[in-house]
Amino acid sequence: MKILVCITNVPDTTARIAFTDGNTRLDKTGVQYIIGPYDDYALARGVELKEQTGGTLTVLNVGTGEGEQQIRKALAIGADDAIRIDAEPVDSFFVAEQIAHIARQNQYDLILMGRESIDFNSGIVHGLVGELLDIPSYSPVMKLDIEGGTARFTREIDGGKEFLQASLPLVLGCQEPIAEWKIPNMRGIMTARTKPLQVLPPVATDEMSVLERYELPPAKGACKMIPADQAETLIRLLKTEAKVL
Amino acid sequence: MSVLVFLEIEKGSIKKTSQEAIAYAAAVASKIGGTVTALALGEVNTGELAKAGQFGASEVLHVADSRLNQENSLAYATALVQAVKKSAAEVVVLAKSGIGDAVAARSAARLKAGIVSGATELPDLEGGFKVKRSIYTGKAFATVALKTPVKIIAVRKNAIEVQEGAGTATVTPFEVSFEDKDFRASVTGVEKSGSDISLTDADIIVSGGRGMKGPEHWQPLLDLAAALGAATGCSKPVSDLDWRPHHEHIGQTGIKVSPNLYIACGISGAIQHLAGVNGSKCIVVINKDPEAPFFKAADYGIVGDVFEILPKLTKAVKGE
Ligand SMILES: Cc1cc2nc3c(=O)[nH]c(=O)nc-3n(C[C@H](O)[C@H](O)[C@H](O)COP(=O)(O)OP(=O)(O)OC[C@H]3O[C@@H](n4cnc5c(N)ncnc54)[C@H](O)[C@@H]3O)c2cc1C
Ligand SMILES: Nc1ncnc2c1ncn2[C@@H]1O[C@H](COP(=O)(O)O)[C@@H](O)[C@H]1O
Repeated sequence: MKILVCITNVPDTTARIAFTDGNTRLDKTGVQYIIGPYDDYALARGVELKEQTGGTLTVLNVGTGEGEQQIRKALAIGADDAIRIDAEPVDSFFVAEQIAHIARQNQYDLILMGRESIDFNSGIVHGLVGELLDIPSYSPVMKLDIEGGTARFTREIDGGKEFLQASLPLVLGCQEPIAEWKIPNMRGIMTARTKPLQVLPPVATDEMSVLERYELPPAKGACKMIPADQAETLIRLLKTEAKVL
Repeated sequence: MSVLVFLEIEKGSIKKTSQEAIAYAAAVASKIGGTVTALALGEVNTGELAKAGQFGASEVLHVADSRLNQENSLAYATALVQAVKKSAAEVVVLAKSGIGDAVAARSAARLKAGIVSGATELPDLEGGFKVKRSIYTGKAFATVALKTPVKIIAVRKNAIEVQEGAGTATVTPFEVSFEDKDFRASVTGVEKSGSDISLTDADIIVSGGRGMKGPEHWQPLLDLAAALGAATGCSKPVSDLDWRPHHEHIGQTGIKVSPNLYIACGISGAIQHLAGVNGSKCIVVINKDPEAPFFKAADYGIVGDVFEILPKLTKAVKGE
């Protein structure tokens, strides 16, 4: 089985977000980068499935060279090879076109992604890629097993779960508890250095959207403290002052 | 010129988040000078669908095909694309959700439409079509200009104030030609919690963290939620420990919510948890530790023991 896992290179979940250049660029000062947490779940399950089925696993990132540290980490965790499309990911369409282009050439059985990226939180790249390749896409997937050419998986729905069965190829957006995050071991880190990482130019796409500017939310006002022995006054304040009840 | 809005149906009625999507669509329609057509899929009572008029839709296209009772992004996208053609829509509005994003994405690829997910405000039509959206898991916003003839917007909960009117929408049966490939996956089962109020749809959420001590101590929280008509949520450790089901897990790696009121009980307020709730209109924090970071993100705070505070609040809500 051929598996493709698409990973993002994103600011750590604890990163303080700020912008520069007149609010047009992320201020990267002091920001630590990580593999997107949902992508990390996809990668972990991908590695398990590859080991079970004796297949291959390729990781793909659309991004600038800054992301190579994350790609190397994915190789250390168990991917066999990697592809980086050397471009600033301008929007979801652009990213999806790049992924679809690689997928058309390599005919993967399974394309695993995160449920959403944590920089854009769109949750749409899997649907776009699925449509561009004319194969089904499902998200968020919290359990996945493959038997022969069939995938059995569980998708989280509002207030519960849905159990599905579909033939490969598929695009799936993953979330916990699909697998436990994997931490690279020393041997993995050593072998990752020699695993192939191909850097390819992007394919041209139409301009669908332009990001004009960023902004931060307005600062939160002070928290109004209510003494514990007058807890019931909270309900009155929520009605009369905050007007949310 | 028209705006098409995709409706999600839950237990036979239009979901609250979809009611907001209709209101958002109506506000866009009045800006661009057009009307709102809604699309409803699956077997739904016509009278319920006509209620789309209360939020500003003039017509509902209804595909009453029983195969659509179950969420299916492929078939839903097929229906949506045909509805866009039929209504000559320039803008498509959906509520941001798992299925909303999937339908939006698949339709966008077919229609070559620019797409924004997580819109928090109405579009600004000054010099283009610009939509403000939430990014970095609620830590920031971005304004995105859509450049395509058809535009798709997935709207975050609470992006717009809903005003209910008296209108009634005309419900028109709508024929869609599906292909076999729209039904490629088969649903072998569904498991839903008994809880009546869904987390993403709820206006009020009462949420518990590790400070609730254990699943056997959840009753006071459930009582307050019941009194308020609220949905219940939890922090990640709570669902990891199986104290509460996974679909209640809120935050960076869980569900993102933006209700009117979020009441956090015994949750410390780690940045990954805040990331899932920072879109809420009003946040109340109950924690015994005055230094808990959650207080910095809160509108109202009570320093104290949840097990003493919660029953008092429930009493006050019930007017006892
Ligand atoms: C990559 C990553 C992603 C993550 N994603 C998420 C996520 O999506 N959602 C999430 O929630 N977390 C997430 N986390 C975990 C997060 O960092 C915190 O560990 C978690 O939110 C803490 O949960 P908690 O507040 O319930 O528990 P704790 O941090 O243990 O806090 C318990 C709180 O309860 C209070 N308390 C105790 N007893 C009482 C009492 N009797 N009355 C009142 N208060 C009491 C304590 O003072 C304390 O503040 C993530 C972490 C990582 C690294
Ligand atoms: N630049 C990128 N490179 C590789 N994969 C990506 C990229 N952006 C998004 N993805 C994948 O698409 C998923 C959904 O992203 P999004 O639609 O942005 O929320 C992510 O979890 C990744 O798996």
